[in-house]
Amino acid sequence: MTLKATLPWTLFGLAQGRVTTRWRGKGTEPGQAAFLGMPRFDPNRCTDGCRECADACLPGAIRLVPGGDRERLSVDYGRCVVCQMCVEACPTGAFTPSNDWAFGSGTREDLVWTRAATSPQGVALKREIRRVFGRSFHIRHVDAGSCNGCESELQALNNPYYNLHRLGVFFTASPRFADLLLVTGPVTYAMRGPLLEAFEAMPEPRFVMAAGTCAVSGGTNGGGYACGNGLENVLPVDMYLPGCPPNPPAIIHALLMLLQRVPQRVRGGQLDSRGSSAGEPYA
Amino acid sequence: MNGSNTVKTEDLVPAELVARCRAALGEGGRMQFMYAWFPEGPMAPELRYVLHPGRARPPRIWRCRPGDVPPPSLASTAPLLSWYERETTDLCGVVFRDQPLPQSLVLLPGSRSDRPPLVPGPMAHLSYTPSPQDLPELAGTTPEDVQLLPFGPIRADVLESAQFAFLYAGEAILHYHPQLFFKHRGMEQRFEGLAPMLATVLAERVSGIGSVAHALAYCHAVEAAADCEVPRRATWLRVLLAELERIYNHLHYLGHLCHTTTLKVGEAQGKYLEESAKQINSRVSGSRLLRGLIMPGGLRREPQLAGLVAGLARLENEFQRYADRLAATTSHLDRLMTTGILGRQLAFDQGATGPVERASGLDRDSRRDQSYGAYAELPLSIAIGESCDAYARQQVRIAELFNSIAIIRAVLAGLPEGRLRTECRPPPRSEGLGWAETPRGTAYYAVHLDADGRLARVKIKSPSFSNWRVFPYTVHDSNMMDYAINEASFGLTVAGCAR
Repeated sequence: MTLKATLPWTLFGLAQGRVTTRWRGKGTEPGQAAFLGMPRFDPNRCTDGCRECADACLPGAIRLVPGGDRERLSVDYGRCVVCQMCVEACPTGAFTPSNDWAFGSGTREDLVWTRAATSPQGVALKREIRRVFGRSFHIRHVDAGSCNGCESELQALNNPYYNLHRLGVFFTASPRFADLLLVTGPVTYAMRGPLLEAFEAMPEPRFVMAAGTCAVSGGTNGGGYACGNGLENVLPVDMYLPGCPPNPPAIIHALLMLLQRVPQRVRGGQLDSRGSSAGEPYA
Repeated sequence: MNGSNTVKTEDLVPAELVARCRAALGEGGRMQFMYAWFPEGPMAPELRYVLHPGRARPPRIWRCRPGDVPPPSLASTAPLLSWYERETTDLCGVVFRDQPLPQSLVLLPGSRSDRPPLVPGPMAHLSYTPSPQDLPELAGTTPEDVQLLPFGPIRADVLESAQFAFLYAGEAILHYHPQLFFKHRGMEQRFEGLAPMLATVLAERVSGIGSVAHALAYCHAVEAAADCEVPRRATWLRVLLAELERIYNHLHYLGHLCHTTTLKVGEAQGKYLEESAKQINSRVSGSRLLRGLIMPGGLRREPQLAGLVAGLARLENEFQRYADRLAATTSHLDRLMTTGILGRQLAFDQGATGPVERASGLDRDSRRDQSYGAYAELPLSIAIGESCDAYARQQVRIAELFNSIAIIRAVLAGLPEGRLRTECRPPPRSEGLGWAETPRGTAYYAVHLDADGRLARVKIKSPSFSNWRVFPYTVHDSNMMDYAINEASFGLTVAGCAR
């Protein structure tokens, strides 16, 4: 290419200025205004015998389970597809819309709502992980039967706005060079084999992340004759990130969490609210 | 909404099918898709053929009960039906007489199902042992010069899973064979037994980047079954959502196309504009993919329109500068022009749809020809290309993007007041056909309800199923260097195709 051809693009790019946003790491990332995350649950507002929310929940994230002398609601955000149907179905406001999207979790249990949610005293840094991977972390993505919604948001990570490279995180073609297997989709019968082969090809230590509700639990699309229920009973998972799809900052948060660079924010199905304004609508 | 009353259903006996198909094509008609379902139990499949008798005429349905004799294949008369027949064989167990390519399509080679999965009864059990694809014998070449390049199903970068086999000699691709159904999720079966209202959540998750259009086509079908009239305000707002979807998809398309022509700043700018559009989506709907607003009968809640005019004006301004820059970049245009030629007749015969079809000179868009919602009242203009190549496919999308912005502006200027939704309960044993123009072409949903008013069968005809069928014809006899550009110029999604 001649200078005459490339120069206008160079000037065009420079004229755009810097559009990459600062990573604040507190769930208040810019550009996510009005984004609807996981609905918040307040069981104190529930009325006896009501099951409107459970009936409106297609993926079965909200279920009635026996508890003591009467049934109680079990809320599993690992199955939530953020469709907001429960918010609309609930007659008493026990489910309310929120901006809570930073739902990356190292344990599956923390995605299930529990009354005794305790704020963590900050995750202890495993210096070794940070030292080895902190500035050079390579991801092999495998689509195990997604609807392409998760891919759309994963592809957005490399746009100039999020610019994932600046955080030392890269996508790589070969599993041999990968530190993290990032899986989307409920795992179809035909992708199960290639997925396991990709995992086997990775050098240790290796991590696995279930990105999107399908990979965490199957979501709305899992089950049936052609799908499993995400990575359950397929691979050991180090990071669960429900969302349908998770927005790019939620993915970044989960990746940095894996690298011990930010603390987990979800415990017992609720976000730790210290030091963030999550939940308050962004201006 | 879809003029449900104008969709005529006609009963045909199997022996009539070939002659009627030939006659319909001769009169300027076009077959759209076919499927099977089981209204009278697992032993008695019923075939449905959906066709358009001519431009700007409502679709027509042929209903056919094959009985004990295998129905004739229409693949030699209307080639685009071949994939639908093979899918029907895989999933419904109906075998077609004289099907020219009877191999399985949706179920991968090496997979075994104990029963056809869509036949009513217990859940089918699939087992799978990977086995090599059936590749053609190449005549007239020395075999040792031809190499096989298998690629996928896990591909480089963040891409959907699909496997491609290239038979090539040097730079020349002699034959190309895609295997697109690693992602088959059995989505049609997932609808069965659901209440029509709740299943909208599922329709939004068939093809994630077509959430609005899929939900729309699905809701149109349910509304046709319920014979309900959607309030005007909702039809206008649905157009707004559908065009916002087109905008972010086309911006992604251009960014990705620049990636394949190695125009780095062009790629960054396209994807930055896509991000801007997704943030607009998030402010309007709470979802970057515009999910969670559409429901049978109207909309679930009001979208947030404050600031949308200003946001769109800024986007349009930046897009204009971007499009101008692309139009002045010969290195980019050189790679597109004459790449991936899809002739007009081929596009028609194999069933190309959307921008791909329009770039090959076929003047068809369901927003105008089988008009739905508020499009008849809005400044819709259909972009047509002539050169049938990657360049035409880019140009059609650029023109559509500008038109989408103009349509949204008109929606905001003339948005009628009124209710957002109406009661929509399809009666038991009713059925409906719905469609919508996705950013990739026309999507159809056919819904059938059971005796309890729940979904008994949902057939999804997605545009990428159509365009993936067409695409390989533009790859055979092309060269390796152009492949990625050609694929990007089609703007395909595997999820929509595999379902």
